[in-house]
Amino acid sequence: MSQDLLATFTELLSEEFGVPTEDVTPEATFEALGLDSLDVVELTLVLEEKTGVKLEDEELEDVRTVQDAIDKVQEKQA
Amino acid sequence: MLLDGKRLLITGVLDPRSIAFSAARTAQEQGAEVVLTGFGRGRRLTERAAARLPHPPDVIELDVTEPDDVAAAVAEIGERWGGLDGLLHAIGFAPASCLGGGFLDAPWEDVATALQVSTYSYAALGSAFADLLADGGAVVGLDFDAAVAWPGYDWMGVAKAGLESANRYLARDLGPRGIRVNLVAAGPLHTIAARSIDGFTQFDDVWNERAPLGWDLRDPEPVARTICALLSDWMPAVTGEIVHADGGVHAVGAGVPADVATGTAADATGTDADAG
Repeated sequence: MSQDLLATFTELLSEEFGVPTEDVTPEATFEALGLDSLDVVELTLVLEEKTGVKLEDEELEDVRTVQDAIDKVQEKQA
Repeated sequence: MLLDGKRLLITGVLDPRSIAFSAARTAQEQGAEVVLTGFGRGRRLTERAAARLPHPPDVIELDVTEPDDVAAAVAEIGERWGGLDGLLHAIGFAPASCLGGGFLDAPWEDVATALQVSTYSYAALGSAFADLLADGGAVVGLDFDAAVAWPGYDWMGVAKAGLESANRYLARDLGPRGIRVNLVAAGPLHTIAARSIDGFTQFDDVWNERAPLGWDLRDPEPVARTICALLSDWMPAVTGEIVHADGGVHAVGAGVPADVATGTAADATGTDADAG
């Protein structure tokens, strides 16, 4: 599941935000991938469209890395 | 329906939590035709949000600090509709130095930006769209009660005080052309704009304690409905006004003690909690 989500994020970040796929690792922070706070909000909207998982704004506050985001989505899917 | 056939230009939809998004949705549900504006970095976000409205509207480019953008938006709306029934100004911005405790240190250049985007643009947009709005149109802006100083709000609070004054002057100058001009002073809502203000959560406590009607920090619809009411034909003699859609907080000086609220009052003390 985590691998699937990593693949989803990789696809999403490369298609929507032009991030090179090889840069997307679980440890990478969104900041390091060149996403600012507005991009992160956009990412949650795209994520909701692709996975049906809706993240609330409070939940975003401690999301820094790709793994953080994967954890949040898994929490929500559980 | 409240807004049947009304042609509305709605600024400030950044994402689906935006107050303006809720206003656009409510307006569409009430029969309005809507066009959104977005600009620069936020434009893609606005377009994504637009796709989630009941009738996904067009998004036109409008940076209120660019006179060319404003002129182009006026021209586009003129061509599209030949007139305009309502304009929602849901625009505010302050550089980080102006917020979150920076009041005494913010440099003029940053303060100037905050005032240009958050205050001046209200008058500038109202003026630019006046020909299209004439004879029955309405301008509505978004305010946060500027009668007192708030924690962390700093120069944005000053900008809102200016907005409240600009609202009166714009009402004075557009009234003779049949245009109503009003602000909605909203209670705090957990939007992207709010999240960028350090200490904004301190407002939550004030509203949770004081609002006679109660207040849901996550529900912009009460504010959206108030906006739609002001854009409708049902407030024809109201202009230069600030309508507080805040659960009643502006009207009371202290919190409602829990025992009074629950009807078991014996000794009302300790309502003045330190928000710091």
